[in-house]
Amino acid sequence: MTSMAQASGVGTKWLKRFYVFLFAVMAFTGFGQMPIFKRYYISDIPGLGWSADFYKTHYIHYLGGAVLLGLLAYLIVDYLLTGRRRYCLTASAWARIVLLGGIVITGIFRVLKNLPDVVFSPGFTMLIDIAHLGFMMAYLLAGLIFLIFKSRWTTGLDD
Amino acid sequence: MTRDISRRTFLKGGLAAAGALTASSLPLPSSVKGASDQELATLIDIRKCIGCEACVEACKEVNESKFPEPEQPFPRMYPSRVKVSDWSDRRDEVDRLTPYNWLFIQEATVTVNGREETYTIPRRCMHCQNPPCADLCPWGAARKLKNGITRIDADICLGGAKCAKVCPWHIPQRQTGVGLYLDIFPGFAGNGVMYKCDRCYNRIAEGKLPACIEVCPEHVQKIGPRDEIVKEAHAIAEEINGYIYGEKENGGTNTIYVSPVPFDLLNAGIEKGPGRPGLQPVADSMAHADNLAKAMVIAPMAGIAAAAGKFIATAKKATRLKEENQ
Ligand code: SF4
Ligand code: SF4
Ligand code: SF4
Repeated sequence: MTSMAQASGVGTKWLKRFYVFLFAVMAFTGFGQMPIFKRYYISDIPGLGWSADFYKTHYIHYLGGAVLLGLLAYLIVDYLLTGRRRYCLTASAWARIVLLGGIVITGIFRVLKNLPDVVFSPGFTMLIDIAHLGFMMAYLLAGLIFLIFKSRWTTGLDD
Repeated sequence: MTRDISRRTFLKGGLAAAGALTASSLPLPSSVKGASDQELATLIDIRKCIGCEACVEACKEVNESKFPEPEQPFPRMYPSRVKVSDWSDRRDEVDRLTPYNWLFIQEATVTVNGREETYTIPRRCMHCQNPPCADLCPWGAARKLKNGITRIDADICLGGAKCAKVCPWHIPQRQTGVGLYLDIFPGFAGNGVMYKCDRCYNRIAEGKLPACIEVCPEHVQKIGPRDEIVKEAHAIAEEINGYIYGEKENGGTNTIYVSPVPFDLLNAGIEKGPGRPGLQPVADSMAHADNLAKAMVIAPMAGIAAAAGKFIATAKKATRLKEENQ
């Protein structure tokens, strides 16, 4: 292991935990954009009353989106600067990265659409709406499959 | 400006708006166009309305083919708390908004300088400039058109009524037993289709006026490029010492009311409830999205800076470790 790698690599465990937490929040508030939480009693669960308020879930989803963008920018730059000298991304990681990219890009278009001076064509609007949900479902499914097969994001360069 | 915007100027304005939009040079795909002040807006001069309801009738007549024809019996919906919204046997109701009545005349009784006065106000969708109903629709069924019209596509809407919940005036109205949800999981998702004024988008596309505007004997409404409509509304308000509603509400709408009496008085003097919107002050529903969109631009920069900072710190530490090991 190089001295560079020795010096870095702290806090990865916490970062992972934070990523999982953030993703759970994004998935929950994302699904909350569909009018299902009230119908299916989710907002009746004590402490989850707010989940039926579309403005609240939207606010949290946006806030989470900003944090996620910051985190992803950090992880990408960190990988390019130091990470790639210490570990390789596995095939399952690349699959997840592609799906994540799909979620992020469609999400960015969704945010653009909601700006007051931007109007998308009806077909394009529907496409990004459905693609955003589709990428998310695929990401969750992929995550589940990779969890079952214990497929990790990274392998050490020496492995 | 002339008293009425003639059809020719109306079309010219519309074309100019279309031209301005084509020229828009946002670095986005061609299916994405920037909106502009050249959206079409309507002016509603409350002083002139006599409450004859000719507009209400005309709206029903020209839009009849768009009205729901629900299949009976409705599929059973689960869980049982999901309510059926059925207006199909009350199609003639005109004293509120329904899936079969997209415009109604609201009566306001107000006391001004000790005198009781009654005003009749045409009410329908405001066609917001940044409509939360369309922004927050999870399927893209509710959408804003480039000419400032917000409409709900009845072929795509699943009737979840989110648009009605997030609309500050709760305008869209649901009819159960129609639409796409019937072909998916009718028992478990969706509940019909949402209906509201679509500003006669098909008539506008043909160069015609919306029916309610064309038929009004008192010329209560006008339609034209938004900046001209706003200018005229201000000119009238100044002349009569009056008030404006809809210019700033919900971040700006394409329906501008002018009244000789303050809107808080009118708001207090109208009957409000389901299908009967108020005239209350409304803050921009989507302001949070605009602010957080800015945060989304800054956040990645912060992420990059943090990673670069970590790299520099690590490099320094690595050099130190190397020196110590030597
Ligand atoms: S037709 Fe004109 S005058 Fe008659 S109710 Fe409608 S807006 Fe008022
Ligand atoms: S008034 Fe309500 S339904 Fe109409 S565009 Fe605005 S938010 Fe949508
Ligand atoms: S613009 Fe058309 S759809 Fe809207 S209220 Fe008038 S007649 Fe009805």
